[in-house]
Amino acid sequence: MARRVGIEVSIAVSEAVKLADVDLIAAYPITPQTHIVEHLSELVADGELDAEFVPVESEHSAMSSCIGSSAAGARTYTATSSQGLALMLEVCYIASSLRLPIVMTIVDRSLSGPLSIWNDHSDLMMERDIGWIQIVALNGQEIFDMTLHSFKIAEDHNVMLPTQVHMDGFTLSHVIEPIEILDKAEVDKFLKPYVSPMSLDPEKPVTIGAVGVPEVYTEGRKAQEEALLNSKDVILRTWKEFGDLFGRYYEPIGTYKADDAEIIFITMGSITETCMSAVDQMRQDGKKVGIAYIRLWRPFPFDELIEAVTKADALVVIDRAISHGGPGGPLASEIKSALYHQAQRPFVNSFIAGLGGRDITINVFKEMVEKTEKTMKKGVEPGYEFIGVKE
Amino acid sequence: MIEIRFHGRGGQGAVTSAELLAIAAIDYGKYAQAFPSFGPERRGAPVGAFTRISDESIRTREKVYEPDIVLVLDATILEIVDVTDGLKDNGIIIINTNKSESEIRELTGFKGKLALVDGTKIALDCLGLPITNTTMLGALLKAAPVIPLDAINVPLTKRFGKIAEKNLNALNKAYQETHIKE
Repeated sequence: MARRVGIEVSIAVSEAVKLADVDLIAAYPITPQTHIVEHLSELVADGELDAEFVPVESEHSAMSSCIGSSAAGARTYTATSSQGLALMLEVCYIASSLRLPIVMTIVDRSLSGPLSIWNDHSDLMMERDIGWIQIVALNGQEIFDMTLHSFKIAEDHNVMLPTQVHMDGFTLSHVIEPIEILDKAEVDKFLKPYVSPMSLDPEKPVTIGAVGVPEVYTEGRKAQEEALLNSKDVILRTWKEFGDLFGRYYEPIGTYKADDAEIIFITMGSITETCMSAVDQMRQDGKKVGIAYIRLWRPFPFDELIEAVTKADALVVIDRAISHGGPGGPLASEIKSALYHQAQRPFVNSFIAGLGGRDITINVFKEMVEKTEKTMKKGVEPGYEFIGVKE
Repeated sequence: MIEIRFHGRGGQGAVTSAELLAIAAIDYGKYAQAFPSFGPERRGAPVGAFTRISDESIRTREKVYEPDIVLVLDATILEIVDVTDGLKDNGIIIINTNKSESEIRELTGFKGKLALVDGTKIALDCLGLPITNTTMLGALLKAAPVIPLDAINVPLTKRFGKIAEKNLNALNKAYQETHIKE
Protein backbone atom coordinates (compact mmCIF):
# COMPACT_ATOMS: atom_id res chain seq x y z
CA MET A 1 0.00 0.00 0.00
CA ALA A 2 1.14 3.50 -0.76
CA ARG A 3 2.05 5.48 2.34
CA ARG A 4 1.99 9.22 2.93
CA VAL A 5 5.29 10.28 4.45
CA GLY A 6 7.15 13.46 5.25
CA ILE A 7 10.28 13.10 3.15
CA GLU A 8 12.88 15.30 1.48
CA VAL A 9 11.96 15.56 -2.18
CA SER A 10 15.46 14.47 -3.32
CA ILE A 11 15.20 11.34 -1.21
CA ALA A 12 11.77 10.62 -2.67
CA VAL A 13 13.35 10.75 -6.14
CA SER A 14 15.97 8.20 -5.05
CA GLU A 15 13.21 6.00 -3.69
CA ALA A 16 11.42 6.19 -7.04
CA VAL A 17 14.62 5.18 -8.82
CA LYS A 18 14.94 2.25 -6.42
CA LEU A 19 11.32 1.25 -7.03
CA ALA A 20 12.04 1.36 -10.78
CA ASP A 21 14.73 -1.25 -10.06
CA VAL A 22 17.39 0.37 -12.22
CA ASP A 23 20.40 -1.67 -13.30
CA LEU A 24 23.01 1.08 -13.44
CA ILE A 25 23.51 4.54 -12.00
CA ALA A 26 26.49 6.63 -13.12
CA ALA A 27 26.69 10.03 -11.51
CA TYR A 28 28.92 12.78 -10.23
CA PRO A 29 27.74 14.90 -7.30
CA ILE A 30 26.90 18.57 -7.80
CA THR A 31 24.81 20.98 -5.72
CA PRO A 32 21.78 20.85 -5.54
CA GLN A 33 21.51 17.37 -7.07
CA THR A 34 23.78 15.81 -4.42
CA HIS A 35 21.24 14.28 -2.05
CA ILE A 36 19.70 12.15 -4.80
CA VAL A 37 22.90 10.38 -5.76
CA GLU A 38 24.22 10.21 -2.20
CA HIS A 39 21.09 8.36 -1.17
CA LEU A 40 21.23 6.08 -4.20
CA SER A 41 24.84 5.17 -3.50
CA GLU A 42 23.79 4.28 0.07
CA LEU A 43 20.92 2.16 -1.19
CA VAL A 44 23.29 0.27 -3.49
CA ALA A 45 25.99 -0.07 -0.81
CA ASP A 46 23.44 -1.35 1.73
CA GLY A 47 22.15 -3.94 -0.73
CA GLU A 48 18.67 -2.39 -0.85
CA LEU A 49 19.04 -1.74 -4.56
CA ASP A 50 20.68 -4.36 -6.75
CA ALA A 51 22.39 -2.06 -9.24
CA GLU A 52 25.82 -0.94 -10.36
CA PHE A 53 26.70 2.48 -8.96
CA VAL A 54 29.50 3.96 -11.05
CA PRO A 55 31.15 6.86 -9.19
CA VAL A 56 32.61 8.54 -12.25
CA GLU A 57 35.12 11.39 -12.30
CA SER A 58 32.93 13.90 -14.17
CA GLU A 59 29.49 14.41 -15.66
CA HIS A 60 30.93 13.87 -19.13
CA SER A 61 31.93 10.40 -17.98
CA ALA A 62 28.60 9.91 -16.22
CA MET A 63 26.64 10.30 -19.45
CA SER A 64 29.23 8.28 -21.38
CA SER A 65 28.81 5.41 -18.90
CA CYS A 66 25.06 5.73 -19.14
CA ILE A 67 25.26 5.44 -22.92
CA GLY A 68 27.31 2.24 -22.71
CA SER A 69 24.99 0.81 -20.08
CA SER A 70 21.80 1.66 -21.93
CA ALA A 71 23.20 0.38 -25.23
CA ALA A 72 23.91 -2.92 -23.47
CA GLY A 73 20.21 -3.13 -22.55
CA ALA A 74 20.34 -2.03 -18.90
CA ARG A 75 17.82 0.28 -17.22
CA THR A 76 19.99 3.35 -16.69
CA TYR A 77 19.74 6.46 -14.53
CA THR A 78 21.70 9.59 -13.73
CA ALA A 79 21.10 13.03 -12.23
CA THR A 80 22.85 16.37 -12.43
CA SER A 81 22.51 20.16 -12.34
CA SER A 82 23.75 23.29 -14.05
CA GLN A 83 27.52 23.27 -14.68
CA GLY A 84 27.52 19.49 -14.48
CA LEU A 85 24.87 19.36 -17.16
CA ALA A 86 26.89 21.79 -19.27
CA LEU A 87 29.92 19.51 -19.06
CA MET A 88 27.71 16.55 -19.94
CA LEU A 89 26.00 18.29 -22.84
CA GLU A 90 28.29 17.01 -25.61
CA VAL A 91 27.38 13.45 -24.75
CA CYS A 92 23.66 14.17 -24.19
CA TYR A 93 23.24 14.74 -27.94
CA ILE A 94 24.66 11.30 -28.56
CA ALA A 95 22.28 9.65 -26.09
CA SER A 96 19.26 10.97 -27.96
CA SER A 97 20.56 10.30 -31.45
CA LEU A 98 21.46 6.73 -30.44
CA ARG A 99 17.87 6.49 -29.13
CA LEU A 100 18.90 5.26 -25.69
CA PRO A 101 16.19 5.41 -22.99
CA ILE A 102 18.31 6.88 -20.21
CA VAL A 103 16.39 8.66 -17.46
CA MET A 104 17.98 11.74 -15.89
CA THR A 105 16.75 13.96 -13.07
CA ILE A 106 17.88 17.54 -13.50
CA VAL A 107 17.77 19.57 -10.34
CA ASP A 108 17.55 22.96 -11.98
CA ARG A 109 20.16 25.55 -11.11
CA SER A 110 21.46 28.69 -12.77
CA LEU A 111 24.65 28.71 -14.84
CA SER A 112 27.74 30.74 -13.92
CA GLY A 113 28.45 33.57 -13.82
CA PRO A 114 28.28 35.08 -11.45
CA LEU A 115 28.73 31.76 -9.75
CA SER A 116 25.37 30.71 -8.35
CA ILE A 117 24.19 27.45 -6.86
CA TRP A 118 20.57 28.62 -6.73
CA ASN A 119 17.59 27.81 -8.83
CA ASP A 120 16.43 29.03 -12.21
CA HIS A 121 15.77 27.40 -15.58
CA SER A 122 18.99 28.25 -17.44
CA ASP A 123 20.02 24.59 -17.47
CA LEU A 124 16.55 23.43 -18.48
CA MET A 125 16.58 25.74 -21.49
CA MET A 126 20.15 24.77 -22.40
CA GLU A 127 18.76 21.26 -23.01
CA ARG A 128 15.89 22.41 -25.19
CA ASP A 129 17.24 21.44 -28.60
CA ILE A 130 19.07 18.20 -27.84
CA GLY A 131 16.28 15.77 -28.66
CA TRP A 132 15.44 14.53 -25.18
CA ILE A 133 11.94 14.38 -23.73
CA GLN A 134 11.71 17.10 -21.05
CA ILE A 135 9.13 16.91 -18.26
CA VAL A 136 8.84 19.51 -15.49
CA ALA A 137 7.55 18.84 -11.97
CA LEU A 138 5.47 21.17 -9.83
CA ASN A 139 6.05 19.59 -6.43
CA GLY A 140 7.50 16.58 -4.64
CA GLN A 141 4.63 14.25 -5.49
CA GLU A 142 4.95 15.08 -9.17
CA ILE A 143 8.69 14.46 -9.34
CA PHE A 144 8.23 11.11 -7.58
CA ASP A 145 5.48 10.07 -10.00
CA MET A 146 7.23 11.48 -13.06
CA THR A 147 10.42 9.59 -12.27
CA LEU A 148 8.42 6.37 -12.53
CA HIS A 149 6.61 7.58 -15.66
CA SER A 150 9.89 8.43 -17.35
CA PHE A 151 11.30 4.91 -17.45
CA LYS A 152 8.09 3.62 -18.99
CA ILE A 153 7.92 6.43 -21.53
CA ALA A 154 11.60 6.36 -22.49
CA GLU A 155 11.75 2.57 -22.85
CA ASP A 156 8.57 2.22 -24.89
CA HIS A 157 9.63 0.70 -28.20
CA ASN A 158 7.73 3.41 -30.04
CA VAL A 159 9.77 6.06 -28.23
CA MET A 160 13.29 4.88 -27.28
CA LEU A 161 14.44 8.34 -26.29
CA PRO A 162 16.28 9.61 -23.23
CA THR A 163 14.06 11.52 -20.83
CA GLN A 164 14.76 14.33 -18.41
CA VAL A 165 12.62 15.12 -15.41
CA HIS A 166 13.21 18.60 -14.04
CA MET A 167 12.71 19.91 -10.56
CA ASP A 168 13.71 23.21 -9.06
CA GLY A 169 16.92 23.17 -7.06
CA PHE A 170 16.50 23.85 -3.34
CA THR A 171 12.94 25.21 -3.60
CA LEU A 172 11.90 21.63 -4.32
CA SER A 173 14.94 19.41 -3.96
CA HIS A 174 15.75 20.31 -0.35
CA VAL A 175 12.20 20.58 0.99
CA ILE A 176 10.55 18.06 3.27
CA GLU A 177 6.89 17.71 2.39
CA PRO A 178 4.19 15.04 2.36
CA ILE A 179 4.57 12.61 -0.55
CA GLU A 180 2.66 9.42 -1.23
CA ILE A 181 5.29 6.75 -1.82
CA LEU A 182 3.99 3.77 -3.81
CA ASP A 183 5.08 0.31 -2.76
CA LYS A 184 6.98 -2.14 -4.95
CA ALA A 185 3.91 -4.24 -5.85
CA GLU A 186 2.07 -1.12 -7.01
CA VAL A 187 5.02 0.09 -9.07
CA ASP A 188 5.45 -3.37 -10.59
CA LYS A 189 1.88 -3.22 -11.87
CA PHE A 190 2.74 -0.03 -13.73
CA LEU A 191 6.39 -0.45 -14.73
CA LYS A 192 7.61 -3.73 -16.24
CA PRO A 193 11.29 -4.69 -16.59
CA TYR A 194 13.05 -3.09 -19.54
CA VAL A 195 13.25 -5.16 -22.68
CA SER A 196 15.71 -3.65 -25.09
CA PRO A 197 14.76 -3.94 -28.77
CA MET A 198 18.41 -4.05 -29.79
CA SER A 199 21.30 -4.22 -27.38
CA LEU A 200 25.03 -4.63 -27.73
CA ASP A 201 25.94 -8.28 -27.72
CA PRO A 202 29.46 -9.68 -28.31
CA GLU A 203 27.87 -12.70 -30.03
CA LYS A 204 26.20 -10.47 -32.62
CA PRO A 205 28.46 -7.45 -33.02
CA VAL A 206 27.03 -4.25 -34.51
CA THR A 207 28.35 -0.71 -34.84
CA ILE A 208 26.37 2.10 -33.30
CA GLY A 209 27.20 5.76 -33.46
CA ALA A 210 28.98 5.53 -36.79
CA VAL A 211 29.75 8.61 -38.88
CA GLY A 212 26.77 10.20 -40.66
CA VAL A 213 27.92 11.36 -44.04
CA PRO A 214 25.90 14.12 -45.75
CA GLU A 215 23.92 11.45 -47.61
CA VAL A 216 22.40 10.10 -44.36
CA TYR A 217 22.77 12.76 -41.64
CA THR A 218 19.56 14.62 -42.50
CA GLU A 219 17.61 11.35 -42.60
CA GLY A 220 18.91 10.47 -39.16
CA ARG A 221 17.88 13.85 -37.79
CA LYS A 222 14.42 13.65 -39.33
CA ALA A 223 13.90 10.17 -37.89
CA GLN A 224 14.91 11.48 -34.48
CA GLU A 225 12.52 14.43 -34.77
CA GLU A 226 9.65 12.13 -35.72
CA ALA A 227 10.43 9.89 -32.77
CA LEU A 228 10.29 12.84 -30.39
CA LEU A 229 7.01 14.11 -31.85
CA ASN A 230 5.52 10.62 -31.75
CA SER A 231 6.52 10.20 -28.11
CA LYS A 232 3.68 12.49 -27.10
CA ASP A 233 1.05 9.77 -27.67
CA VAL A 234 3.00 7.42 -25.43
CA ILE A 235 3.44 10.12 -22.78
CA LEU A 236 -0.31 10.79 -22.74
CA ARG A 237 -1.09 7.06 -22.63
CA THR A 238 1.39 6.48 -19.81
CA TRP A 239 -0.02 9.34 -17.74
CA LYS A 240 -3.55 8.02 -18.29
CA GLU A 241 -2.53 4.52 -17.25
CA PHE A 242 -0.82 5.87 -14.12
CA GLY A 243 -3.87 7.97 -13.28
CA ASP A 244 -6.21 4.99 -13.70
CA LEU A 245 -4.04 2.94 -11.34
CA PHE A 246 -3.22 5.50 -8.66
CA GLY A 247 -5.68 8.37 -9.10
CA ARG A 248 -3.15 11.05 -9.97
CA TYR A 249 -3.67 12.24 -13.55
CA TYR A 250 -1.20 14.43 -15.42
CA GLU A 251 -1.63 16.61 -18.50
CA PRO A 252 1.00 18.33 -20.67
CA ILE A 253 -0.53 21.70 -19.78
CA GLY A 254 -2.06 21.93 -16.34
CA THR A 255 -4.55 24.68 -15.60
CA TYR A 256 -5.75 26.45 -12.48
CA LYS A 257 -8.88 28.64 -12.55
CA ALA A 258 -8.13 29.30 -16.21
CA ASP A 259 -11.58 28.58 -17.67
CA ASP A 260 -13.06 32.05 -17.17
CA ALA A 261 -9.75 33.87 -16.65
CA GLU A 262 -9.14 37.16 -18.44
CA ILE A 263 -5.44 37.09 -17.56
CA ILE A 264 -3.58 33.77 -17.52
CA PHE A 265 -0.11 33.24 -16.07
CA ILE A 266 2.13 30.84 -17.96
CA THR A 267 4.49 29.15 -15.51
CA MET A 268 6.87 26.22 -15.24
CA GLY A 269 7.95 24.36 -12.12
CA SER A 270 7.59 25.07 -8.45
CA ILE A 271 6.65 28.76 -8.74
CA THR A 272 3.29 27.52 -9.99
CA GLU A 273 2.10 26.68 -6.46
CA THR A 274 2.96 30.15 -5.15
CA CYS A 275 1.21 31.52 -8.22
CA MET A 276 -1.91 29.51 -7.26
CA SER A 277 -1.97 31.26 -3.88
CA ALA A 278 -1.51 34.61 -5.64
CA VAL A 279 -4.41 33.77 -7.99
CA ASP A 280 -6.64 32.88 -5.02
CA GLN A 281 -5.90 36.27 -3.41
CA MET A 282 -6.42 38.21 -6.64
CA ARG A 283 -9.70 36.37 -7.29
CA GLN A 284 -10.90 37.57 -3.86
CA ASP A 285 -10.19 41.09 -5.10
CA GLY A 286 -12.36 40.41 -8.13
CA LYS A 287 -9.61 39.88 -10.68
CA LYS A 288 -10.29 37.07 -13.12
CA VAL A 289 -6.86 35.45 -13.24
CA GLY A 290 -5.74 31.87 -13.76
CA ILE A 291 -2.73 29.74 -14.63
CA ALA A 292 -1.65 27.43 -17.44
CA TYR A 293 1.51 25.61 -16.42
CA ILE A 294 3.86 23.65 -18.62
CA ARG A 295 4.58 20.08 -17.56
CA LEU A 296 5.76 18.85 -20.94
CA TRP A 297 8.38 21.13 -22.45
CA ARG A 298 9.69 18.76 -25.16
CA PRO A 299 7.86 17.69 -27.23
CA PHE A 300 6.02 20.99 -26.77
CA PRO A 301 2.23 20.53 -26.51
CA PHE A 302 1.13 23.23 -28.94
CA ASP A 303 -2.49 22.05 -29.27
CA GLU A 304 -3.06 21.81 -25.52
CA LEU A 305 -1.52 25.23 -24.96
CA ILE A 306 -3.73 26.88 -27.57
CA GLU A 307 -6.79 25.15 -26.10
CA ALA A 308 -5.91 26.40 -22.61
CA VAL A 309 -5.12 30.05 -23.29
CA THR A 310 -6.63 31.49 -26.45
CA LYS A 311 -9.85 32.64 -24.76
CA ALA A 312 -7.94 34.90 -22.36
CA ASP A 313 -7.40 38.61 -22.97
CA ALA A 314 -3.77 38.51 -21.86
CA LEU A 315 -1.01 36.11 -20.91
CA VAL A 316 1.61 36.84 -18.29
CA VAL A 317 4.52 34.62 -19.31
CA ILE A 318 7.17 34.04 -16.66
CA ASP A 319 10.58 32.99 -17.90
CA ARG A 320 13.24 31.86 -15.46
CA ALA A 321 15.96 31.99 -18.10
CA ILE A 322 17.11 34.40 -20.79
CA SER A 323 17.89 33.88 -24.44
CA HIS A 324 20.63 36.49 -24.52
CA GLY A 325 20.38 38.84 -27.43
CA GLY A 326 17.19 37.14 -28.58
CA PRO A 327 13.50 37.77 -27.98
CA GLY A 328 13.73 37.63 -24.15
CA GLY A 329 12.68 34.43 -22.48
CA PRO A 330 12.59 31.07 -24.29
CA LEU A 331 9.16 30.28 -22.83
CA ALA A 332 7.61 33.52 -24.08
CA SER A 333 9.20 32.90 -27.44
CA GLU A 334 7.56 29.48 -27.59
CA ILE A 335 4.18 30.80 -26.50
CA LYS A 336 4.26 33.54 -29.12
CA SER A 337 5.10 31.13 -31.90
CA ALA A 338 2.35 28.77 -30.69
CA LEU A 339 -0.17 31.60 -31.03
CA TYR A 340 1.06 32.98 -34.36
CA HIS A 341 -1.51 31.15 -36.47
CA GLN A 342 -4.46 32.00 -34.23
CA ALA A 343 -6.90 34.47 -35.74
CA GLN A 344 -7.59 35.84 -32.27
CA ARG A 345 -4.83 35.70 -29.78
CA PRO A 346 -4.27 37.10 -26.32
CA PHE A 347 -1.97 40.01 -25.52
CA VAL A 348 1.38 38.56 -24.38
CA ASN A 349 3.32 40.24 -21.59
CA SER A 350 6.67 38.62 -20.92
CA PHE A 351 8.66 38.75 -17.70
CA ILE A 352 12.08 37.43 -16.75
CA ALA A 353 11.92 36.55 -13.05
CA GLY A 354 13.43 34.37 -10.38
CA LEU A 355 16.95 34.20 -11.81
CA GLY A 356 19.67 32.65 -9.67
CA GLY A 357 17.38 31.92 -6.74
CA ARG A 358 15.61 35.30 -6.53
CA ASP A 359 12.31 34.61 -4.78
CA ILE A 360 9.10 35.15 -6.74
CA THR A 361 6.63 36.11 -4.03
CA ILE A 362 2.87 36.47 -4.17
CA ASN A 363 3.36 40.24 -4.43
CA VAL A 364 5.57 39.81 -7.50
CA PHE A 365 2.77 37.88 -9.25
CA LYS A 366 0.34 40.68 -8.37
CA GLU A 367 2.77 43.28 -9.69
CA MET A 368 3.00 41.42 -13.00
CA VAL A 369 -0.79 41.52 -13.37
CA GLU A 370 -0.91 45.25 -12.57
CA LYS A 371 1.81 45.97 -15.11
CA THR A 372 -0.01 43.87 -17.69
CA GLU A 373 -3.29 45.72 -17.10
CA LYS A 374 -1.47 49.01 -17.66
CA THR A 375 0.24 47.95 -20.87
CA MET A 376 -3.03 46.48 -22.18
CA LYS A 377 -4.65 49.91 -21.78
CA LYS A 378 -1.88 51.38 -23.90
CA GLY A 379 -2.64 48.67 -26.43
CA VAL A 380 0.99 48.12 -27.36
CA GLU A 381 2.46 44.71 -26.69
CA PRO A 382 5.75 45.29 -24.89
CA GLY A 383 8.93 43.33 -25.43
CA TYR A 384 10.05 41.77 -22.20
CA GLU A 385 10.92 43.03 -18.77
CA PHE A 386 13.21 41.91 -15.98
CA ILE A 387 10.94 42.17 -12.94
CA GLY A 388 12.22 43.43 -9.61
CA VAL A 389 15.66 44.27 -10.93
CA LYS A 390 17.66 46.77 -8.86
CA GLU A 391 18.85 49.63 -11.05
CA MET B 1 -0.84 28.17 8.52
CA ILE B 2 1.92 28.53 11.11
CA GLU B 3 5.39 29.58 9.95
CA ILE B 4 8.44 28.94 12.10
CA ARG B 5 11.98 30.24 11.66
CA PHE B 6 14.90 28.47 13.32
CA HIS B 7 18.15 30.27 14.05
CA GLY B 8 21.32 28.42 14.92
CA ARG B 9 24.92 28.00 13.98
CA GLY B 10 26.04 25.47 11.38
CA GLY B 11 26.39 22.11 13.13
CA GLN B 12 23.93 22.79 15.95
CA GLY B 13 21.07 21.10 14.18
CA ALA B 14 18.66 23.90 13.26
CA VAL B 15 17.86 22.08 10.02
CA THR B 16 17.26 18.82 11.87
CA SER B 17 14.87 20.63 14.24
CA ALA B 18 12.90 22.08 11.34
CA GLU B 19 12.80 18.72 9.55
CA LEU B 20 11.77 16.66 12.55
CA LEU B 21 8.96 19.04 13.36
CA ALA B 22 7.64 18.89 9.78
CA ILE B 23 7.88 15.10 9.61
CA ALA B 24 6.07 14.80 12.94
CA ALA B 25 3.33 17.15 11.75
CA ILE B 26 2.91 15.19 8.50
CA ASP B 27 2.81 11.86 10.39
CA TYR B 28 0.18 13.44 12.65
CA GLY B 29 -1.96 14.06 9.54
CA LYS B 30 -1.22 17.72 8.93
CA TYR B 31 0.47 19.35 5.98
CA ALA B 32 3.98 20.68 6.47
CA GLN B 33 7.12 21.88 4.72
CA ALA B 34 10.64 22.18 6.08
CA PHE B 35 13.60 23.68 4.31
CA PRO B 36 17.00 25.16 5.08
CA SER B 37 18.12 28.65 4.16
CA PHE B 38 19.55 27.64 0.81
CA GLY B 39 23.22 28.25 0.51
CA PRO B 40 26.72 27.08 1.25
CA GLU B 41 26.64 26.46 4.99
CA ARG B 42 29.63 26.31 7.27
CA ARG B 43 30.05 24.93 10.73
CA GLY B 44 29.74 27.76 13.26
CA ALA B 45 28.24 30.37 10.93
CA PRO B 46 24.70 31.63 11.57
CA VAL B 47 22.18 29.48 9.67
CA GLY B 48 18.44 29.44 9.31
CA ALA B 49 15.80 26.81 8.70
CA PHE B 50 12.06 27.00 8.26
CA THR B 51 8.94 24.95 8.91
CA ARG B 52 5.39 25.57 7.77
CA ILE B 53 2.50 23.63 9.32
CA SER B 54 -1.09 23.79 8.12
CA ASP B 55 -4.37 21.90 8.22
CA GLU B 56 -4.66 22.43 4.48
CA SER B 57 -2.36 21.68 1.57
CA ILE B 58 0.46 24.26 1.50
CA ARG B 59 0.67 26.02 -1.81
CA THR B 60 3.57 28.37 -1.56
CA ARG B 61 7.29 28.18 -2.25
CA GLU B 62 8.02 31.65 -0.95
CA LYS B 63 10.67 32.03 1.67
CA VAL B 64 9.32 32.67 5.18
CA TYR B 65 9.22 36.45 5.62
CA GLU B 66 6.76 36.88 8.50
CA PRO B 67 7.10 33.97 10.92
CA ASP B 68 4.64 33.28 13.72
CA ILE B 69 7.33 31.64 15.81
CA VAL B 70 11.11 32.14 16.05
CA LEU B 71 13.29 29.54 17.72
CA VAL B 72 16.86 30.45 18.68
CA LEU B 73 19.18 27.52 19.30
CA ASP B 74 22.16 29.67 20.27
CA ALA B 75 21.79 32.93 22.19
CA THR B 76 25.12 34.30 20.87
CA ILE B 77 23.24 34.82 17.62
CA LEU B 78 21.12 37.53 19.25
CA GLU B 79 24.12 39.86 19.05
CA ILE B 80 24.62 39.47 15.29
CA VAL B 81 21.20 38.60 13.83
CA ASP B 82 17.93 40.47 14.32
CA VAL B 83 15.82 37.45 15.24
CA THR B 84 12.69 39.63 15.51
CA ASP B 85 12.86 40.46 11.77
CA GLY B 86 9.41 40.12 10.22
CA LEU B 87 7.94 38.42 13.29
CA LYS B 88 4.15 38.79 13.41
CA ASP B 89 2.72 41.16 16.05
CA ASN B 90 1.45 38.32 18.22
CA GLY B 91 4.52 36.20 17.46
CA ILE B 92 6.62 34.33 19.97
CA ILE B 93 10.38 33.93 20.35
CA ILE B 94 11.82 30.85 22.02
CA ILE B 95 15.46 31.12 23.11
CA ASN B 96 18.08 28.76 24.45
CA THR B 97 19.73 30.92 27.09
CA ASN B 98 20.81 31.08 30.71
CA LYS B 99 20.19 34.83 30.76
CA SER B 100 17.29 36.48 32.56
CA GLU B 101 14.17 37.80 30.86
CA SER B 102 15.26 41.43 31.37
CA GLU B 103 18.69 40.78 29.86
CA ILE B 104 17.10 39.15 26.81
CA ARG B 105 14.58 41.96 26.39
CA GLU B 106 17.38 44.50 26.54
CA LEU B 107 19.42 42.55 23.99
CA THR B 108 16.57 42.04 21.51
CA GLY B 109 14.33 45.03 22.19
CA PHE B 110 11.48 42.52 21.91
CA LYS B 111 8.37 43.27 23.98
CA GLY B 112 6.17 40.31 23.00
CA LYS B 113 5.84 36.73 24.18
CA LEU B 114 9.14 35.08 25.11
CA ALA B 115 9.91 31.50 26.10
CA LEU B 116 13.26 30.89 27.77
CA VAL B 117 15.09 27.71 28.70
CA ASP B 118 18.72 26.79 29.39
CA GLY B 119 18.76 24.24 26.59
CA THR B 120 22.55 23.91 26.51
CA LYS B 121 22.63 22.81 30.16
CA ILE B 122 19.85 20.28 29.51
CA ALA B 123 21.63 18.97 26.41
CA LEU B 124 24.92 18.62 28.30
CA ASP B 125 23.14 16.81 31.16
CA CYS B 126 21.15 14.45 28.94
CA LEU B 127 23.37 14.00 25.87
CA GLY B 128 26.81 15.09 27.01
CA LEU B 129 26.93 17.41 23.98
CA PRO B 130 25.93 21.06 23.55
CA ILE B 131 23.70 20.20 20.56
CA THR B 132 20.23 21.52 21.27
CA ASN B 133 18.16 20.64 18.22
CA THR B 134 15.94 18.06 19.93
CA THR B 135 16.06 19.82 23.32
CA MET B 136 14.71 23.04 21.88
CA LEU B 137 11.87 21.23 20.11
CA GLY B 138 10.60 20.47 23.63
CA ALA B 139 10.72 24.19 24.42
CA LEU B 140 8.93 25.00 21.17
CA LEU B 141 6.11 22.54 21.80
CA LYS B 142 5.64 23.95 25.32
CA ALA B 143 5.45 27.55 24.12
CA ALA B 144 3.53 26.85 20.91
CA PRO B 145 1.77 23.46 20.85
CA VAL B 146 1.57 23.22 17.05
CA ILE B 147 1.39 19.41 17.41
CA PRO B 148 1.03 17.23 20.51
CA LEU B 149 4.32 16.60 22.34
CA ASP B 150 4.23 12.84 21.80
CA ALA B 151 3.78 13.22 18.03
CA ILE B 152 7.53 13.85 17.85
CA ASN B 153 8.47 10.47 19.40
CA VAL B 154 8.33 8.25 16.32
CA PRO B 155 10.18 10.54 13.87
CA LEU B 156 12.78 11.36 16.51
CA THR B 157 13.34 7.67 17.25
CA LYS B 158 13.69 6.92 13.54
CA ARG B 159 16.22 9.72 13.08
CA PHE B 160 18.35 9.09 16.18
CA GLY B 161 18.20 5.30 16.64
CA LYS B 162 20.40 4.29 19.55
CA ILE B 163 20.61 7.78 21.03
CA ALA B 164 16.90 8.49 20.60
CA GLU B 165 16.05 7.91 24.25
CA LYS B 166 18.62 10.44 25.47
CA ASN B 167 17.28 12.96 22.98
CA LEU B 168 13.70 12.33 24.08
CA ASN B 169 14.75 12.84 27.69
CA ALA B 170 16.32 16.17 26.78
CA LEU B 171 13.23 17.18 24.82
CA ASN B 172 10.89 16.31 27.68
CA LYS B 173 13.08 18.04 30.24
CA ALA B 174 13.13 21.21 28.16
CA TYR B 175 9.34 20.97 27.82
CA GLN B 176 9.09 21.02 31.62
CA GLU B 177 11.68 23.71 32.25
CA THR B 178 10.66 26.25 29.61
CA HIS B 179 9.35 29.48 31.14
CA ILE B 180 6.91 31.58 29.18
CA LYS B 181 7.06 35.34 29.70
CA GLU B 182 4.08 37.27 28.33
